[in-house]
Amino acid sequence: MAYAQPTPILEVRDLHVEFDTMSGLVQGLRGVSFSVMPGETLALVGESGSGKSVTAQAVMGLIGLPGSIVSGDILWKGQSLLTPEGQKKAASLRGKSLSMVFQDPMTSLNPLMTIGAHLVEVLRRHMKLSKPQAFARGVELLEAVGITEPRRRMAQYPHEFSGGMRQRVMIALAIACEPELLIADEPTTALDVTIQAQVLDLLADLQKSMGLSIVLITHDLGIVAGLCERVAVMYAGSIVEAGSAATVFEQAEHPYTQGLIRSTPRLDDRRDRLVSIEGAPPSLLHPPKGCAFQSRCPVASRQCDTKPARQETPAGGSVSCWTPSLPAWADVAKTTEVHAR
Amino acid sequence: MTITSSSMSDRSTTPSMIQGALMSVAPLGRFLKELWRDKAGFTGFAFLVLLVLAALFAPLLAPHDPAAQSVLARLKPPIWMEGSVSGHLLGTDMLGRDILSRLLFGARSSLLVSVSVVALAGSFGVMAGLLAGYKGGLTDALIMRVVDVQVAFPGLLLTLLLVAVIGPSTATIIIVLTFSNWMIYTRVVRGIVMSLRQTPFVEAAEVVGCKSARIILKHILPNLISPLLTLAILEFTNIILAEAALSFLGLGVQPPATSWGLDVAGGKNYMMIAWWPITFPGLCIAMTVLSINLFANWLRVTTEPAEREKRYARGRAAKMRRAKKT
Amino acid sequence: MGTFILRRSLQGFLVVLGVTIVVFVATRMIGDPAQVMLPLSATDAQRAAFEQQFGLDRPLDAQFISFVGDLMRFDFGESLWQRRAALEVVLEKLPKTLELIGVGLLLATVVGIPLGALAAVRPDGLFDRVVVGLSLTGLSVPQFWLGLLLIMVFAVGLGWVPTFGSGSLAHMILPAITLAVPSMARIMMLVRSSVINELNQQYVRTAKARGMPFGRVLFQHAMRNALVPVLTLVGWEVISAWAGYTVVVETVFAWPGLGFTAMKAINHSDLFLLQAIVFVVAVGIVLVNIGLDVLFKLIDPRIKEA
Repeated sequence: MAYAQPTPILEVRDLHVEFDTMSGLVQGLRGVSFSVMPGETLALVGESGSGKSVTAQAVMGLIGLPGSIVSGDILWKGQSLLTPEGQKKAASLRGKSLSMVFQDPMTSLNPLMTIGAHLVEVLRRHMKLSKPQAFARGVELLEAVGITEPRRRMAQYPHEFSGGMRQRVMIALAIACEPELLIADEPTTALDVTIQAQVLDLLADLQKSMGLSIVLITHDLGIVAGLCERVAVMYAGSIVEAGSAATVFEQAEHPYTQGLIRSTPRLDDRRDRLVSIEGAPPSLLHPPKGCAFQSRCPVASRQCDTKPARQETPAGGSVSCWTPSLPAWADVAKTTEVHAR
Repeated sequence: MTITSSSMSDRSTTPSMIQGALMSVAPLGRFLKELWRDKAGFTGFAFLVLLVLAALFAPLLAPHDPAAQSVLARLKPPIWMEGSVSGHLLGTDMLGRDILSRLLFGARSSLLVSVSVVALAGSFGVMAGLLAGYKGGLTDALIMRVVDVQVAFPGLLLTLLLVAVIGPSTATIIIVLTFSNWMIYTRVVRGIVMSLRQTPFVEAAEVVGCKSARIILKHILPNLISPLLTLAILEFTNIILAEAALSFLGLGVQPPATSWGLDVAGGKNYMMIAWWPITFPGLCIAMTVLSINLFANWLRVTTEPAEREKRYARGRAAKMRRAKKT
Repeated sequence: MGTFILRRSLQGFLVVLGVTIVVFVATRMIGDPAQVMLPLSATDAQRAAFEQQFGLDRPLDAQFISFVGDLMRFDFGESLWQRRAALEVVLEKLPKTLELIGVGLLLATVVGIPLGALAAVRPDGLFDRVVVGLSLTGLSVPQFWLGLLLIMVFAVGLGWVPTFGSGSLAHMILPAITLAVPSMARIMMLVRSSVINELNQQYVRTAKARGMPFGRVLFQHAMRNALVPVLTLVGWEVISAWAGYTVVVETVFAWPGLGFTAMKAINHSDLFLLQAIVFVVAVGIVLVNIGLDVLFKLIDPRIKEA
């Protein structure tokens, strides 16, 4: 399949992040590894608390005390961002080559600064534009993200914008300095469904026209399918399965992934009943020794008491499970159906 | 219910059971243990306890009559300085009165005035707030208009005018300070009641047909205790400072009664030659107010779980930064 | 904006009306001006003459009407102590008090805001602990005592500045510091907690994620938002200093402003002068309040016209 392997634009290696809280050490990330190729879109999928956002913050250098990166590495085009020189490099990348769109557009803009001031600020800092140049470019950017009357909008304050419009502004800010990688952390969660689709279309268009790589963080499998080439599924602070979107959707290996897919309603396939994964993810304060999904897994066995290693799958992905590709939820779905009758 | 309790006793080990029993028997012990963690709050609390004891037992503790004058022992310095007279630990004032004894009795004035004012202004303000928040409509509008108007009054000047007209005395300052300090309780209580009325449990009680008095007593009052406690404690500092200032100006506690503010005023004219008559009473006021502030600070943080977590996070972050530096 | 100012003016009118009623009730119903203002040795005939001169022998409602009428004409009567119109005395002393408040609160703001903000950068760090300790001490020290200590150390002990009075810049230093200390303490505490709060806001994270350096995040982003509540506090400090809390400082330093004059009026049993001061200050509070509200609307675009 693979021809000459290019260097990934971003590579995360065995990343461990811990938070020191009153109740004890919370292991936010427990060995996360993935990479993003130039121009590629990767989806990080998982339920809330699985470590998706922590991963994004770690890459952006936003993990503040009392949280800290305990071990592992983050590499930008093969160069570490965690060494002292790397941190300097990271500071110069942030907002320019590496940018991020956050979950909540309502609180992500400074309420006392106009939209224009936000754009001018970032353009002047990273693109070294003069004030009038930055303003003109800001207007173009607002236009590019589909905001009408951009010139008038520049002088307005965030509270005069709707949620969807603010997220467009956030995207304009993120792409202002022509980034190579955009991290979008649940960019549509806070928005209405119709607006969600518009924002996702916008991201897809921008990716095509600018050729940028995107890491899309989401708990919604529905929006992954159309947008992403590769998928990594997170559970309890680590990645349990990764692979191309097509293979993961067609033949999920990990029971958790299978459950996730079977719990998402699909228009094109009405044969199966929806599955619900009982229970809750384990506490990251005292995570289990073995497989973290063990307590909720319908096909768990004794070997799951030890942590499964990551292994390659035939389709070119990877999975951390002792019994990959075992159809975990088939019986469950059947029994539910029987009961329903 | 039975299932839960039995499964809980299965799991719990003996030491934690003993600990649990101790905690339910001795909330005071738990309170002190929790307080001990915040050294500043503990120090403040300890000072306040000592102060209350000193005020209560002032007649037993004081080495001299606070009003007893002695022409021969005027302006004698504290015991550790040259020229001091034995028996006067902190020296004497310009009339030869024992400063330590006056401080002990002065604590009585401060506490009497502050406790009375906080109790009177507090109960009046809370009642007005309950009425405004619960009745709503015209009652609410009327009460809150009065509050708004009175908050914008020229506070201390009006107090001075009232004192000048009525004539200064301990009773006068209690009345006048009550008059000018009840509004804050009304505002706080009304705010809480308004938000509580919209919570499901109060709405449910209303739908079921509980009487207003019962709703207020059973559902609303318990939710007011913690914020009111913090507010009242902070108001103490304001009243103590106000009493001291009024007494200093000669419009508060009148001789022969004693007050820290009054003593500072008395020593003022001699401060060129003797520092102790104004320093010690002033220090008493400052330390009392500081202790209350430290204790209130601890209380505020302890009663709010989110605040505790934030505080812990800040503490850890500061420690981690220090560790990094060394 | 017009209706807004009108509404606030109406509220201000209520305040002045409230003060009028309280002063009337206090001076004419609770207290007896003749008893307060005349010496104890005054004869009954002197009393009667006094009461007739100021219309105190008339029924209360008639007294109230003429009382309000006089106030509306800014006629506060004659100061018995100074033997001239009370308003004239007030207007003469007013600038001195404004000067003290201005310098004192400027000092409190200029020192308090940067110290509070710097403390917030590293909460619970060494600098933060020092700032919090200083604030708590500043909040706890009674102003009159602080003033006396400062006089004792810097005027009497070291002889750097004059002990009391006014006139030169040197006279200004100690009163201004004394007035500033409690306000400074409150401002530092509020700036600190406000900046800590803002630095944890989402928009600060996004600004950091856009690669903004910490200095810019702190001053351009966090401080701007943090200063909104601080401005409210500074406004409150102005009002409360103006509402008579300069009396203590002015008395300690014999500063010839309104507060010191109020104390003297009390000592001279000059009720009319005291009344005049209370009214002028009440009107001042109303005006300052309206001014501040207008200012806040200009600063924070989110405040809607309500």
